Amino acid sequence: MTDFVHPALLFILGAVPIPFLNGTIRKAYLVLVPLLAFFAVLTIEPGSYGAATFIGQEILIAKVDRLSIVFATVFTIMALIGMVYALHLTRAGQHVAAFVYVGSALGVVFAGDYLTLYLFWEGMAFASAYLVFAQGGEKAVRAAFRYLMVHVTGGIVLLGGILLHGAAAGSLLFGPMEGGSIEAGMGAGAYLILAGFLLNAAVPPLNAWLTDAYPEATVTGAVFMSAFTTKTAVYVLARAFPGTELLVWLGAVMALYGVVYAVLENDSRRLLAYHIVSQVGYMVAGVGIGTEMAVNGATSHAFAHILYKALLFMGAGAVIHVTGRRKLTELGGLYKTMPLTVALYMIGAFAISAFPFFSGFVTKSMVVAAAGQDHRALVMLALTMASSGTFLHTGLKLPYYMFFGTDRKLEAREPPRNMLVAMGMAAALCIAIGVFPGPLYTLLPYPVDFEPYTGAHVTESLGILMFTALGFVIFLRALDPENTISLDTDWFYRKGAQGFMWLAEKPLARYEKAASDVSETAVLPFLHGSARAGLRLDLNGVDGVVNGVARSILTGGGVLRRLQTGVVTHYALAMIAGVIATIVVFAVVWR
Amino acid sequence: MIESIVDFFGDETYASRRRRLFYLVLVLIVVADFLVSREHAEYLWERLPGWSAVYGFGSCVLLIFVSKFLGHQGGLMRREDYYD
Repeated sequence: MTDFVHPALLFILGAVPIPFLNGTIRKAYLVLVPLLAFFAVLTIEPGSYGAATFIGQEILIAKVDRLSIVFATVFTIMALIGMVYALHLTRAGQHVAAFVYVGSALGVVFAGDYLTLYLFWEGMAFASAYLVFAQGGEKAVRAAFRYLMVHVTGGIVLLGGILLHGAAAGSLLFGPMEGGSIEAGMGAGAYLILAGFLLNAAVPPLNAWLTDAYPEATVTGAVFMSAFTTKTAVYVLARAFPGTELLVWLGAVMALYGVVYAVLENDSRRLLAYHIVSQVGYMVAGVGIGTEMAVNGATSHAFAHILYKALLFMGAGAVIHVTGRRKLTELGGLYKTMPLTVALYMIGAFAISAFPFFSGFVTKSMVVAAAGQDHRALVMLALTMASSGTFLHTGLKLPYYMFFGTDRKLEAREPPRNMLVAMGMAAALCIAIGVFPGPLYTLLPYPVDFEPYTGAHVTESLGILMFTALGFVIFLRALDPENTISLDTDWFYRKGAQGFMWLAEKPLARYEKAASDVSETAVLPFLHGSARAGLRLDLNGVDGVVNGVARSILTGGGVLRRLQTGVVTHYALAMIAGVIATIVVFAVVWR
Repeated sequence: MIESIVDFFGDETYASRRRRLFYLVLVLIVVADFLVSREHAEYLWERLPGWSAVYGFGSCVLLIFVSKFLGHQGGLMRREDYYD
């Protein structure tokens, strides 16, 4: 253990001093801890750490291999960028939550057994929920409660799965699920674990928590949320369920599901959140295909995604921070006052759209190519169509209506410098990965045999993207944002909760009122009356008798005392009278 | 420099120049697609030059209209106070 510092501990224990630090010292500390964690991950050696037994089960606090190192690397980089973006915050709460959140995500990534995994899994749910609660206001608090409820439910499903799986397999060690494909027949426990993982990966129909909560989170909180929960889920899927056929189809559907909803969306961050669903679709499909190239693709795409999606959320967050508006129908014409934000946002947009020389190009195409190699033409076509939709929304629609389009004469300026620096860091990485994919490829779990920059691949990608732009230009009016919200699967629990509240407020409350009316008009007066009667009886009857007895004993005692004269003749007289009385009584009774 | 680039994409005065540049790029992409080698092509469509242009445009149009149809006719889009 001496040569191994768990990066999760750096963040979780590192969160403790934050409230006690101030000013520059706090800022330096907030940057220092992610840096230390990053170097801890760089120097980490593959192996198993912290093995123990707990309630008769094998526990493995940290299992380090290539897959976990890739995710831990990007998580610590993202923590650094996110902290820089949030440096201007004066209150400590969000920093503490972000630290615990990042630490828990790292805990999951290194977890060697299901119990450790579960513990950190729940830590993530609670810490991230705080980032929504911290926004304040009724809408955010409600969304945060729904978010927490959904994740706690998912956590219980996961725990149930872990217990069933543990009982069946005889071990809680976390690794590839036995019989990872449907045909091989997984146990009920494995299915429950899969469901818990799919919930966090936001796979439809379990996706609505994401698009419900992320737009309501704080500007800086949403940046963290966009990076960690879904990508941790991709990691655990890649660890436990590679090659599960179901995931291929769920992933392909997801990729299109997200872009369809993005057309309808008016809230800028909700639009971006739907693109998380879409992009995670590529990763889920990659994990499902399960070949070495596909898992490499899913992993590298998660790596690139964390950076460009954070950049996009930071760009939208900067606009919200400056203007206080988030709806596309209320934004427009900001390019003059926020040119740097526009440029940095567009780098993220080119990266997510997989333009050549941007990070998405070298990672997304690996998943698509892996689908092709695995002879899945339909999946390949669906994923390609989804990339068209991605550019259409994050690259064209959102920036057009947010930064260009109708000038709404909003007062705006560039966001605080720390926000721009954080965006610059993410943007630099998006370009660096796109131009020099080598270092990322060497990090991947399997050896990479993939060349993204072939002539055909470049012209094909550009053809897809630029002719999508042509469609955008021609049908621009059809894309005008509308002041609406879209129904998603959260309808079921939101309306379900409303139905429950109606049941509680209307029929149940009416019954309760009737019952209390009866008790107030009949039962209570009766009880009051009988209590009063009891009191009267008590005062006049019982007390009277008791008092009477006591009084007569007292007077009797006084009389008796007076009888004690001490004169012998008096006693003799009394004895004689007694004898006579006795005789009279006998005479009367036995006559 | 960044400001002038952003300005080029936003300002109305550059509208016609933008349009011409855009169409030029489209033509260049299609031309280039005819020139690149395709020895690794596995599927039929991968061997067709210009396929990606058609598929990209078709996907874009399909996504816009299917989504808007689902939103308006399928009842997915609702007033903002729907849940209140």
